[in-house]
Amino acid sequence: MKKIISCIFVIVTLLSPAVVAEQVNLYSARKEALIKPLLDSFTQQTGISVNLVTGKADNLITRLKSEGKYSPADLLLTTDVGRLYRAKQQGLTQEISETEAISKLPNNYHDEQGHWLGLSLRARPLMVSVDRVAAQSITKMEDLTKPEWKGRICIRSSNNIYNQSMVASLIAQLGESATEEWVNGLVKNFARPPQGGDRDQIKGVASGLCDVAIANTYYLAGMLSSKDETTKQQAKKVKVVWPNQEDRGAHINISGVALAKNAPNKAAALKLIDFLLSEESQLWYAKTNHEYPVLAGIPYSDILQSFGVFETEQVPLSQLGELNSAAVQMMDRAGWK
Amino acid sequence: MRQINWPFGPFNFWLIGITLGCFVLAAPIGLVFVSVFFPQTEIWQHLYTTVLADYIVNSIVLAFGVGLIVIVIGTVLAWCIARYEFTGRKQLQWLVLLPMAMPAYIIAYTYTGLLDFAGPIQTLLRETFDWQYGDYYFPDIRSLPGAIVMLSLVLYPYVYMLARTAFSEQPASLEDVSRSLGVSSRKYLFKVVLPLARPAILMGAALAMMEAFADYGTVQYFGLSTFTTGIFRTWFGLGNGLAAAQLAALLTSFVMLLLILEFLSRRKIRYYFQGQKTQQAKRIKLTGSKAFWVPFICLLPVCLGFIFPVLQLFIWASKTYSQQFSAEFGLLLWNSFYLAAIAAFVAVVLALFFAYGKRLHPIKSIRMLVGVVNLGYAIPGTVLAIGAMISLSWLDIRLNGLTESWFDLSLGLVFSGSLFALILVYSSRFLAVAMHNVDTGLARVKPSMDDAARSLGYKPFQILRKIHLPLMKTSVLSALLLVFVDVLKELPATLILRPFNFNTLAVKTFELASDERLMDAALPALAIVCVGILPVVLLTLLIDKPSEITSQIK
Repeated sequence: MKKIISCIFVIVTLLSPAVVAEQVNLYSARKEALIKPLLDSFTQQTGISVNLVTGKADNLITRLKSEGKYSPADLLLTTDVGRLYRAKQQGLTQEISETEAISKLPNNYHDEQGHWLGLSLRARPLMVSVDRVAAQSITKMEDLTKPEWKGRICIRSSNNIYNQSMVASLIAQLGESATEEWVNGLVKNFARPPQGGDRDQIKGVASGLCDVAIANTYYLAGMLSSKDETTKQQAKKVKVVWPNQEDRGAHINISGVALAKNAPNKAAALKLIDFLLSEESQLWYAKTNHEYPVLAGIPYSDILQSFGVFETEQVPLSQLGELNSAAVQMMDRAGWK
Repeated sequence: MRQINWPFGPFNFWLIGITLGCFVLAAPIGLVFVSVFFPQTEIWQHLYTTVLADYIVNSIVLAFGVGLIVIVIGTVLAWCIARYEFTGRKQLQWLVLLPMAMPAYIIAYTYTGLLDFAGPIQTLLRETFDWQYGDYYFPDIRSLPGAIVMLSLVLYPYVYMLARTAFSEQPASLEDVSRSLGVSSRKYLFKVVLPLARPAILMGAALAMMEAFADYGTVQYFGLSTFTTGIFRTWFGLGNGLAAAQLAALLTSFVMLLLILEFLSRRKIRYYFQGQKTQQAKRIKLTGSKAFWVPFICLLPVCLGFIFPVLQLFIWASKTYSQQFSAEFGLLLWNSFYLAAIAAFVAVVLALFFAYGKRLHPIKSIRMLVGVVNLGYAIPGTVLAIGAMISLSWLDIRLNGLTESWFDLSLGLVFSGSLFALILVYSSRFLAVAMHNVDTGLARVKPSMDDAARSLGYKPFQILRKIHLPLMKTSVLSALLLVFVDVLKELPATLILRPFNFNTLAVKTFELASDERLMDAALPALAIVCVGILPVVLLTLLIDKPSEITSQIK
């Protein structure tokens, strides 16, 4: 019986909202380990405590939506622009006003009405084998469909949002039919049925299973800075090729933040947004997470610098969200698992 | 016997209670089925022409493949251990249960790390023999057969446990009678032992198959197209929640079919535990070569399903533990433990309530209601969690509306924003596990025992205490422990519904693993396995003592 009482006691204490002077509630699709240090530093500087729930972006959006006007969430943090767009479409966000943050950003990295803005850039270039792929033998995404690459390409499942956004972005730039042709050609050249994550594709190239992979740069950077010697050695066998530098640029996505429509702690939330766009935080993204900062003039980590500079796609990022469903259907039709 | 006079009579008390309980627990499941009334023709057209066949075929092959393998492993183990005496039998008895503590997604992570093309084994092969890609054949771990093996390795204890109890409860007199009638020992096994144990074996297999149907972590990691991955793809990728719910409803109907099959297979068989002390069959001592390979065979599933993956995790964890081990880790451990404990308690109390309702009033409506709640086990945790989130938020918003207009007071999200939501989903999802155990226990209490006790002047509560409690103790405890371990491993619902600043070991493991940081994920994964072992060990101490219980009620 005592046990039950103490259990109930524990529940009650957990349920009762903590009484804190100032706080901000964050629904984050970014993993705890990749955001907590920044939040701790924010709390230290401002005295505002940050409450965090992490999860998959779509689950968090559903949660936000079903909680309606009683939702405790102030901010929604996602790792891709499609989800920010979706949250806005469902009327779950509001304009981020009274902050200098937006004015600092290039136009492409925030919503037209200012409902969301980018916090870091994630590039998705080609990664090729150092030994087996000659320089200049591949320079464009379009090259991947050529017969010479048959059975040499590794890429993860089309369930993954990075691939969905990439195809959506191509639809926006090349149109439906050209993209469909490209997707079909790409699938025909796969070295194996898609499996694993981005790191697994990089390892595939390193171990000789395939010669070219498509993966986000911070995975390769993470492997290069790994404490595990095997991982490090594998990463060294792979180099980054920035595609389409002569025309439209390499594919990018953003991680970003949206202000919840019913944010109960709006003032504190805006302070956190400003903090996340401060030089300190941007530097942290670049140094610790190996992501590209959204603000110009922030130095990259050595590893990021070793990948070189590149031109990016200029497609309005919200279109990536709009075309997501079309992209998925296209990949279904092509048999991209 | 005098009965207490409830306002509506005792019958209605049970019916009302059960209806209410079922309604609350089934609300998330019901929400899934409501979606059927909003047809999404266009999406279904697309699914039908592209991926639907894959989803169906892969899910069914996965579930039945797992069912087949767990029956073979579980029954062979149970038979060897219940029937023969050999070196290490005592230790094997509990060792073989250990894989239960291993979540399927974790065993999948470790074996992939080990056997993948870029993993140490294949790399070693290539370096030793100077092979290139394509020069040799190596089974692909990330495939449908791979997933079947992974899931089977951690799910076979369900069959083993139930089969083992069934075997060790078969009295020696059965064999004596068979022998005296000239039945060979081979025939005895196939004509007497297995048919008698069939309900238990099939029940275990059904549980394993339901888990296989609902599995998301493993199939997602292996990149397989099954119903569960399809549900998320439809929902997130195509942005169509209704069609996703309809897919979930279709998946649930498969499981219903499975349950009906299982029910039909044992409909005509009902055994009751005889009250008298029975002589248990004496174990046969193994000699010669058998004494060598039987222990070896029994050890194999444990090695593959537990020892090897744990070793791998241990190696990984030893490289990273210094960064991971902190006060925060203690909190994770405690969160996971008490959440699982509360959920196990709630689920078992509910299971007992339903089981007694069914027993005291074996009418169709009650049986059907309870059957519906059992379905939760087969629904992917995420779907159930979203169902609970939507229905509880709705309730919260209504509640807040009321309190605001009456007392000018806003309560906030008391149900959906608290651990209540999680406990509800756990109960809804794992009630089937608790029910199966409690039902098995209750089935042992022959109805005539109640009658006899009553005629001897026992009051209902005395019967409960003196007859049911001792006979049910094992089943209730195993129900508690099974739910505990299941909740501890549960991932998707926890991920979606947990309140602010609340993490568990499973969540932590997943976050790191899905970020492809397998080595960092090893420590929390190892912790889940360790906490999960405790109940498994306790369980084995209990499972071997049915005879003791018999003598207690003599």
